[in-house]
Amino acid sequence: MSVMAEAFGLVFQPFVLLVILASAAFGMFVGAIPGLTATMATALLVPITFFMDPVPAIAAIVTATAMAIFAGDIPGALLRMPGTPASAAYVEDAYAMTRAGRSEEALGAALVFSAIGGIFGTIVLMTLSPVLAEIALRFSSFEYFWLVVLGLSCAIFVSPGSVARGLVALLIGLFAATVGIDNPAGQPRYTFGSVELLAGVQFIPAMIGLFAVSEVLRSFVDATRRPAIVPDRGSGIFRSQWRNLLAYPVQTLRGSVLGTAIGALPGAGADIAAWISYAVSKRFSRTPRKFGTGHVEGLVEAGASNNGAVSGAWIPALVFGIPGDSITAIVIGVLYIKGLNPGPTIFINDPQLIYAVFIVFLLANVIMLPLGWVAIKTAGTILAIPRNVLMPIILMFCIVGAYAINNSVFGVGLMLVFGVLGFLMDENDIPIAPAILGLVLGPMLEQNFITSMIKADGSFLAFFERPIAAGLGLFTFAVWCIPAVTWAMRRRRG
Amino acid sequence: MQRRLMLAGATLALATVATAAPVLAQDYPSRPIQMIVPWGAGGGTDAVGRVFASLLQENLGVPVNVVNRTGGSGVVGHSAIANAEPDGYTIGVMTIEIDMMHWQGLTDLTYENFDVLALVNADPGGLMVSADSEYQDAAALLEAIRSEPKGTFKGSGTGQGGIWHLGLAGWLMSEGLPPDQVTWVPSEGAAPGITDMVAGGVDIVPSSLAEGRAMIEADRVVPLASMSEERQEAFPDVPTVMEATGTDYTHAVWRAIAAPDGLPEEVHDRLESAIKAAYESEEYQTFMQDRGFGLRWAGSEEATEIVAADDESLGAVMKEAGLAAE
Repeated sequence: MSVMAEAFGLVFQPFVLLVILASAAFGMFVGAIPGLTATMATALLVPITFFMDPVPAIAAIVTATAMAIFAGDIPGALLRMPGTPASAAYVEDAYAMTRAGRSEEALGAALVFSAIGGIFGTIVLMTLSPVLAEIALRFSSFEYFWLVVLGLSCAIFVSPGSVARGLVALLIGLFAATVGIDNPAGQPRYTFGSVELLAGVQFIPAMIGLFAVSEVLRSFVDATRRPAIVPDRGSGIFRSQWRNLLAYPVQTLRGSVLGTAIGALPGAGADIAAWISYAVSKRFSRTPRKFGTGHVEGLVEAGASNNGAVSGAWIPALVFGIPGDSITAIVIGVLYIKGLNPGPTIFINDPQLIYAVFIVFLLANVIMLPLGWVAIKTAGTILAIPRNVLMPIILMFCIVGAYAINNSVFGVGLMLVFGVLGFLMDENDIPIAPAILGLVLGPMLEQNFITSMIKADGSFLAFFERPIAAGLGLFTFAVWCIPAVTWAMRRRRG
Repeated sequence: MQRRLMLAGATLALATVATAAPVLAQDYPSRPIQMIVPWGAGGGTDAVGRVFASLLQENLGVPVNVVNRTGGSGVVGHSAIANAEPDGYTIGVMTIEIDMMHWQGLTDLTYENFDVLALVNADPGGLMVSADSEYQDAAALLEAIRSEPKGTFKGSGTGQGGIWHLGLAGWLMSEGLPPDQVTWVPSEGAAPGITDMVAGGVDIVPSSLAEGRAMIEADRVVPLASMSEERQEAFPDVPTVMEATGTDYTHAVWRAIAAPDGLPEEVHDRLESAIKAAYESEEYQTFMQDRGFGLRWAGSEEATEIVAADDESLGAVMKEAGLAAE
């Protein structure tokens, strides 16, 4: 008990609270601006946290990233420019709700269910870390291969429009992911002798291009034909959420559990979690046809899953020092510098510090609610700005964001190329979101496949030899076959 | 009134032009310095770069800004350092990959394009196996590798042709075995390699012991040997390869501070002495020990020799293992 009291003492100090508040506002601001991203927010904070005490240092990063990941939903819902690959899973629904004058309800749902997922994940982190980390340790490249395949399959099945168009989008993303030298063989591919292309197509400039720049282009090409954006008709940020929670309690719980579980696997993460949850939600929904047309159900489940995964990623990071994503990788670095070496002993050697970190997690998810409210209200006013003023400003932020990720003009060029590509895809009704997921998961797919084949000396059967891999593999086949079987059955009946 | 303001403005502009004229080396440094790190934020090289930046900032009296230029197995960042103006306002952290990338045919860039200012860290490679492994000492492992058919054992810990791959291949060669007696499974770094070993995916990870520390303390990973001349301070119970198998084999990664080739002599000397002071500072020493990184100092001349020697030996291993470009 005295450990808990000590932990509270470490957190509830004016300086630490001030750091939490300041980094929350910072994360909210960076995340809410189209073109600037959560990764960028973290990267900007690292040099500052380097010279702080452990608790405020970690508090700053944890709070800023939690805020930035939620805030990425704001441009997603209002302008159809999602800030993270995870929020791209439900961007169509959120944007359709905005068009129907329910932007505050959409963002309120993203906010409240993000907080619920985040708090659920933190509680799991506090109570079940050692057990879950133990399970996560059994995952090798065979298991991750199936998880990535599952995530990619979900992206095709949930994409609006036909499966064929979803597949085309996915293949565009997978192709872009093959560029560069960071592949298992270490051979440069499609680099044309360019040093910059050796690094491959970096997903942040590509994502900014595909979503934000293409939207800017579109607004100028058919400005007159575009339906005017409807300002919110008073749907309320928090009012409707109680109703949503009562309507979708199972979805909320399922999203939180699945998100935390997938997040706890160091080779998976929030992106796979959000997509799988959105697909699960659609599969088991009573009204699957409404998905993608401004239906809040998928938003609730994938939103909870997304933030559950962010908390879940800390389980292997704290217990075994294994980073689950770029953000935990940065924090593990900070932990080592602060002499707080991750590992099972972290719970024994410095329990008060670890509990202080947990308290910060909870606090971050709680203050997200009022700060998110302010951000949503402020952001709502941008809908009143004429498009010909707003879009050039967004383009400017896109350029800053694409440049800053690697301090290179090459990122800006990459962003513009993908902006044109995104525009062309959208004109031809090819969904953009699966392409982003393909770009993010493509390297993981290849890495896990090739390394598994090397380990198995070229035997395909190895993908079914380990029990967890076999289960995941059969489940993936089932996911592929069910639509075909139902289609055949419907035909026979008809 | 307007006229006088304009005049004042013109004078000010002239003054600025005058100061922007070629800066004399004696005035160095008179503006912020850029420190390029060829690897991502949060990693080990980034941490070393940032600690140095803050210590150099104190010593030199101008801001030292860290810029991460990542990707392409380090080629992008190393090129950015080498291609900068040799005026002392761009320096960077150079890693051992500079001695490998040109052999792979990725770039024409070699250590000769740099002015190596100092070597500030070195971490010996190791031999680690899972706690479930049936081989609990290096001699038994080596015997099994020798007697079982080629490819029975799998190793991991970096990409194909990465530094730990070469460390393992070099060790096998020194024991009179072909460099590919153990099949290499590429991974995105030591941490994923170690995780995969514990999950039963591979048998050996030859990375630095510091990278496996959390798992060693959790009794999941057993360190069998250290590829160093002497035992490591942080792991006093782990024998050297010489002690364990009787072969004199060492292999280490290092980090150096470098500038583009062609620095004026005054600037070179000023930077080298500032780096030496930073290295000897209490902050750097405790930081490196806390993080589990090996401390190693070599001044400009000795550092250049070490880098050149590694360039030759790594090139030999890469050619033998078929990892060098034709």
